Amino acid sequence: MALSSFEREQQRREQRRLMALLAPGMFWLLVFFLLPLLVILVYSFLTNGPRGNLVWQPTLQNYVDLFTQASYVNAYVRSLWISVLTTLFALLLGYPLALFIVKQPPRARLVLLILVLIPFWTNFLVRIYAWQIILANNGLINTTLGTLGLPTLFLLNTEGATLLGLVYGELPFMVLPIYAALDRFDFTLMEAGADLGASKWRAFWHIMLPMTMPGVAAGAVLVFIPTVGQFVVSELLGGAKVDYIGNLIQRLFLRSNPPNWPLGSAMSTVMMVVLLGFILLYFRSTTEEDR
Amino acid sequence: MIEAQPQNQRAQRAGSWWPRLNRGALTWGRLTLTLHAFLMYLFLYGPILVLVVFSFTRDEFGVRWTGFTLEWYVRMFANDRLMGAAGNTLYVAFVSTVVSTILGTLLALAMERHRFRGRTGVDAVIYLPVVIPEIAMAVSLLAFSSLALEFIRVVTGEVVRRSLVTVIIGHIAFSISFVTIVVRASLKHFDRRLEEAARDLGANSWQTFWRITFPMILPGILGGALLAFTLSLDNFIISLFLSGPGTSLLPVEVYNKVRRAVTPEINAISTLMLAFSITLVVLSQLVQRRR
Repeated sequence: MALSSFEREQQRREQRRLMALLAPGMFWLLVFFLLPLLVILVYSFLTNGPRGNLVWQPTLQNYVDLFTQASYVNAYVRSLWISVLTTLFALLLGYPLALFIVKQPPRARLVLLILVLIPFWTNFLVRIYAWQIILANNGLINTTLGTLGLPTLFLLNTEGATLLGLVYGELPFMVLPIYAALDRFDFTLMEAGADLGASKWRAFWHIMLPMTMPGVAAGAVLVFIPTVGQFVVSELLGGAKVDYIGNLIQRLFLRSNPPNWPLGSAMSTVMMVVLLGFILLYFRSTTEEDR
Repeated sequence: MIEAQPQNQRAQRAGSWWPRLNRGALTWGRLTLTLHAFLMYLFLYGPILVLVVFSFTRDEFGVRWTGFTLEWYVRMFANDRLMGAAGNTLYVAFVSTVVSTILGTLLALAMERHRFRGRTGVDAVIYLPVVIPEIAMAVSLLAFSSLALEFIRVVTGEVVRRSLVTVIIGHIAFSISFVTIVVRASLKHFDRRLEEAARDLGANSWQTFWRITFPMILPGILGGALLAFTLSLDNFIISLFLSGPGTSLLPVEVYNKVRRAVTPEINAISTLMLAFSITLVVLSQLVQRRR
């Protein structure tokens, strides 16, 4: 009897400790992260007043506009499309780089890996801005072409420049998970494949790529999601000539006169629902692989 | 963070500080892979280098090399607005790092040390801020803050505006998750028998934590804190949406200038921002390897 009350006391103490650890952080996340998302959801069903003020009158109009007006639908399609392209290019450029790093001796590996990591720790905005100096009409490439007597090119403020900037900014997020997957990959399997008569390409397609797929999937998610919501790259390098979802949301909240928070909220909500769908798909595929 | 198996002992020979690359038989495949890697590092670092070089040019448009000058750095330091923004940025980063490191570490301990009902849900809440696009979080915090400030006005009669306080609250909300993830990783490798030994030797749980657990997970906590600090320094999207009138932050200032044109003064600020973050990362890597 005495022992069981001691145990109960022990359990209660454990419970209190857990609450003390959990409560402060969860409080912050619930109040300053989840609750705001709920606020956006509520806003998305409200009416925008004539001067951009909120009118507490429930409506579905924001969602109707979103799915029927061509300019909004186009922004979604464009954002998803450029995200797919960015992910593909990052994969094509990032996989061989990760492979190269894995093949190096330990010290070189470490240095090469830190060199990939450093851009992740530095200011994204500033690194994107650097491309303006290179691509501008009077920028580095065009002055070089000019001195060589070649015709100059129109590079900045194009969709190509946007894609370039996105791939540049997101590349490290693709390389790191692929590197982690390749690091766990047993390269003797490739030799086994070769012994059994498979060419290098065949061995790559049938052994290495499938076995490092979890890394590729993780990298794809890490590149795809922030790209869908971006607005800085298309503004600084694309010249804000065409709208992506991020540009529209930013404008509706901060720039337009009058602002339209309900419509912006609906856009943000739909974007998040679409992306959460992708994330769930990703988690389902990885857990199935583990089984 | 990076564990590499020794493969090539030669590379670890004492005194050779420059890492050796893998030198096997030269095949076309290996050559292409090396060339690709070289181009990728050029791609990652070229723009940064260009930015640094053009912060010293005399050209007033900042895109042509017309001779060396330190004028832009002098001007930058004389610009009170920029220096004020820099001060604000450091202040916000410092406060949000301290709070998010404490909250994140507590959460990590709760998640790694306890099994409880609703753990998966808590896990999802922790990961969500990392995976959703930053703009979704920024607009939801903006909408929430306007409701909260309105509420304060109605209840207390005082008009409160968005300020550095709202920015700090937002930065903490997204930093907590990153700190939690980093600290959890360091707790995973923790040998719990060390704690049991301490208990067997008569230490109470408080002593065990401060003498055994804390010193051992300290590198993880410092790693998380450094990540929170750089994320806050570089953050621009949440800062843009949450900062009030007259409270400007450095990345937001840079964004507002960059949208207009390239100037050598921005090149100079950007160079200093990059140098600051790179120094932080390299220092942290050195400190972690010393241990």
